[in-house]
Amino acid sequence: MTVRVENVSKWALHHCSFELPAGSVTALVGANGAGKTTLLNILAGHLPADFGHVAVAGRVAFVPQDKPMYKGFTPLDVLKFGGHMNKVWDEYRAHSWLHRYRVPLKLRCGDLSGGQRAHVAFALALGSRPDVLLLDEPLAELDPLARRKVVRDLLAEVADTGMTLLYSTHVVAELGGVADRLLLLSDGKLLVDGDTDELLGEHLEIVGPAADEPPVAGEVVLARHQQRQSSFVVRCPESAVVEEPWTARPVTLEELVVAHLEAAA
Amino acid sequence: MVEFRVDRASGLPAYLQLGRQVREAVRLGRLRPGDRLPTVRDVVATSGVNANTVLKAYRELELAGLVEARQGSGTYVKATLGTAAPEVLEELRGKFAKWVIEARAAGLEAEDIDALVRAVLSGGPDGA
Repeated sequence: MTVRVENVSKWALHHCSFELPAGSVTALVGANGAGKTTLLNILAGHLPADFGHVAVAGRVAFVPQDKPMYKGFTPLDVLKFGGHMNKVWDEYRAHSWLHRYRVPLKLRCGDLSGGQRAHVAFALALGSRPDVLLLDEPLAELDPLARRKVVRDLLAEVADTGMTLLYSTHVVAELGGVADRLLLLSDGKLLVDGDTDELLGEHLEIVGPAADEPPVAGEVVLARHQQRQSSFVVRCPESAVVEEPWTARPVTLEELVVAHLEAAA
Repeated sequence: MVEFRVDRASGLPAYLQLGRQVREAVRLGRLRPGDRLPTVRDVVATSGVNANTVLKAYRELELAGLVEARQGSGTYVKATLGTAAPEVLEELRGKFAKWVIEARAAGLEAEDIDALVRAVLSGGPDGA
């Protein structure tokens, strides 16, 4: 495991525990104020946990959501600064990211667009050759096309270097095939921690006649009742069989996340 | 060559979607025995899918005996799918196409046809 979090508490966070294997890509999802940024700051070593223990193997790079940067620096200055501040520095890797996204190298960062500043921050983080890369809302400033490209390029960086990637996001609809793990936080508590493929296999939406209980054994995540119809989102073994008059269908990641958040609200 | 497309909003895990697309390509003859599947790195860079997802899909296809991994050179299609001869396949397709026209004339949508096909395949109460 490259990242191990044991029973960590801090401000909104309550007793969070999870592990991230090396080379994994994990999406950290949750409502605003759920504690995502606090968690990332603790992992980055910027905040001490009040309780519990965090272990991160190797070099860590963290890109905060607001991408703080000296406004008078040009992207070239930023990379030069990165070269001085990091014992391990990959100038080529940092430069190629800026080149790929056509970031003007000699403008002041204060004059760059939000998206361009984000790329300077990504380049700086990648240049430090991290074993663990932590990104807080990396896709927030990017348009849909740029989001795809950045996700593609980040996944290629993961494939090339074997680094571990943890990023927070609200864009749950775009996680399929991208994140192999999902961490779902609500109100400081970890609601879901698992392999996205397994989670998809385990969750079913079951609809049928009005009933108090679903027709399969498992954890009822969410139940909705109308006069003549009940529907349940259930977490059950993949082999569960649903018989007439009930019908079952797999849920999407977005539905899964929404069901858990709604149930916790 | 196959170009992978992942429907991110689908409830079907991405690795199963990739596996399904390879099977489909083999069935339709777009991939033949001896053809090489794109490298994991290529799929990651072109489709924006996690490397672990691609590896999982290729492993599953290998276990099913459809492809083989050759040390250091890539993953190759090994077998074909479907045992019917092309002319038989063509005839079945023609009959089915006629049936679909009938079904549409009866007011069925693609989704209804899908449900009907699945019901017959699973041998349920509506099945043969």
